[in-house]
Amino acid sequence: MSEPAICCADVTLGYGPHPAVHHLDGDIERGSLTAILGPNGAGKSTLLKAIAGELKPIAGYFDFGARKPSIAYLPQIAEIDRSFPLTVFELLALGLWRKTGLFGGLSQQDRHAIERALNAVGLIGFENRTLDTLSGGQMSRVLFARVMLQDAKIVLLDEPFAAIDTRTVTDLMGLIAQWHAEGRTILAVLHDEALARAHFPSTLLLARETIAWGPTSEVLTEANLRAARRMVEAHDPHAPVCEVA
Amino acid sequence: MLYAHLIAPFIEFDFMRRALVGASVLALSAAPIGVFLMLRRMSLVGDAMAHAILPGAALGYLIAGLSLGAMTLGGLVAGFAVALLAGLIARITRLREDASLAAFYLMSLALGVTLISARGSNIDLLHVLFGSVLALDDQALILIGGVATVTLVTLAIIIRPLVMESIDPVFLRSVSRAGAPAHLAFLALAVLNLVGGFQALGTLLAVGLMMLPAIAARFWAKTLTGMIVVATLIGIVATYAGLLLSYHLGLASGPTIILVAGVLYLLSIVIGTHGGVLLALLPRKHLEA
Repeated sequence: MSEPAICCADVTLGYGPHPAVHHLDGDIERGSLTAILGPNGAGKSTLLKAIAGELKPIAGYFDFGARKPSIAYLPQIAEIDRSFPLTVFELLALGLWRKTGLFGGLSQQDRHAIERALNAVGLIGFENRTLDTLSGGQMSRVLFARVMLQDAKIVLLDEPFAAIDTRTVTDLMGLIAQWHAEGRTILAVLHDEALARAHFPSTLLLARETIAWGPTSEVLTEANLRAARRMVEAHDPHAPVCEVA
Repeated sequence: MLYAHLIAPFIEFDFMRRALVGASVLALSAAPIGVFLMLRRMSLVGDAMAHAILPGAALGYLIAGLSLGAMTLGGLVAGFAVALLAGLIARITRLREDASLAAFYLMSLALGVTLISARGSNIDLLHVLFGSVLALDDQALILIGGVATVTLVTLAIIIRPLVMESIDPVFLRSVSRAGAPAHLAFLALAVLNLVGGFQALGTLLAVGLMMLPAIAARFWAKTLTGMIVVATLIGIVATYAGLLLSYHLGLASGPTIILVAGVLYLLSIVIGTHGGVLLALLPRKHLEA
């Protein structure tokens, strides 16, 4: 068996003294396609942010192997300021940052790559539209196109299907399957158990603590889902200090 | 007749030519800064910065009298200090930038007023506050030209991270570490332009030439490039028309320039092609698909 893509070594994450993710321990296999499910406030987005390097663990660490792989992160749409007057093409061109850097121009090849990405997400003809004229679903497609252009080994998707119609979900699910076939490691925060069952071989069921982690059919059992729902969202003000090293 | 009204003042009077060139170059330099400030919801930051600069300039004045060098240096030091501290605090703590900036500029302003009142006030200080666009000497023109050059070159260097930071800072952090330096460089440019502008228009009115054209441009263009071009043009038109008006009507020139820019802004709200009020009232045709 090959080395895992990401090894979560007893990771605890949070924004204050209360943990948002508590002692997460396990491996994410190279080339795996994992759904992350759990109730609101379970720490799903926090986990992705931490893997992306946005948030430093309170305890534990992520091990990416000898060389840190490239990571593409698809944020929730709300985190993007769409009132800024940028066109779809310009946003995608900035997605090629690792190639162009601060000053590099776009080669003919890069332009073709952008065109291919637009084609793959079904947005040909949207090049010169500004971001504020796009619908939520169209914006999601643009972000998928940007992930495609980043050509990263690890792909993190934070609620990629929030408020999106079924046709778009089908289209974008096709893209994810293609990335999976290309051997990329993919983690997606979802809320749809049926979607996870249908398309994601592995699932991490998170409710601050790991409820279950493994093959989707074994994780998404009635007992596990009930256990996840029992998570208390409010912080316990009298919670003792966690002494687990 | 037209010539006598529209062109002759600039041919006949050296000071009018200098004023036109100085303020136009300032508009060219400050307009893009204003556009970015507006798009990042930092429109009031220019105003706060102007207050932060004031004490530094006043201190320079108290030490060396009405010397461009001393006042520029004082303004730059005070402005940079406030901008950098506010920017850094916003990045390493949970405080938002507007809050930390408000805290620092108020401290800077209070310090300045204390210094000035300790030494007794002076009517010449009005010059610092409101400038004198009709008294631009070679030194002042060179300063403005230098500011514009540094501004445009620096903007060309930092424009990618600056744009990306405005839209999707998380993405920028994932691919580059240029975000924070670009942001701080941008704040420094804002200070630089306000300091460059205080000789011509005064610290407070320099904000006007930075923000009014930029805000008006929002009603005329939908892309970033378009907005910058329109803002620059509005700034230059306001400069030209303001100078002419002040010449013919005997008004104070700096404020007149800003008032004209203000009128152009009001006009833009009404007749602007992107979100203008009038367009929204007209019956609108739509396409079949």
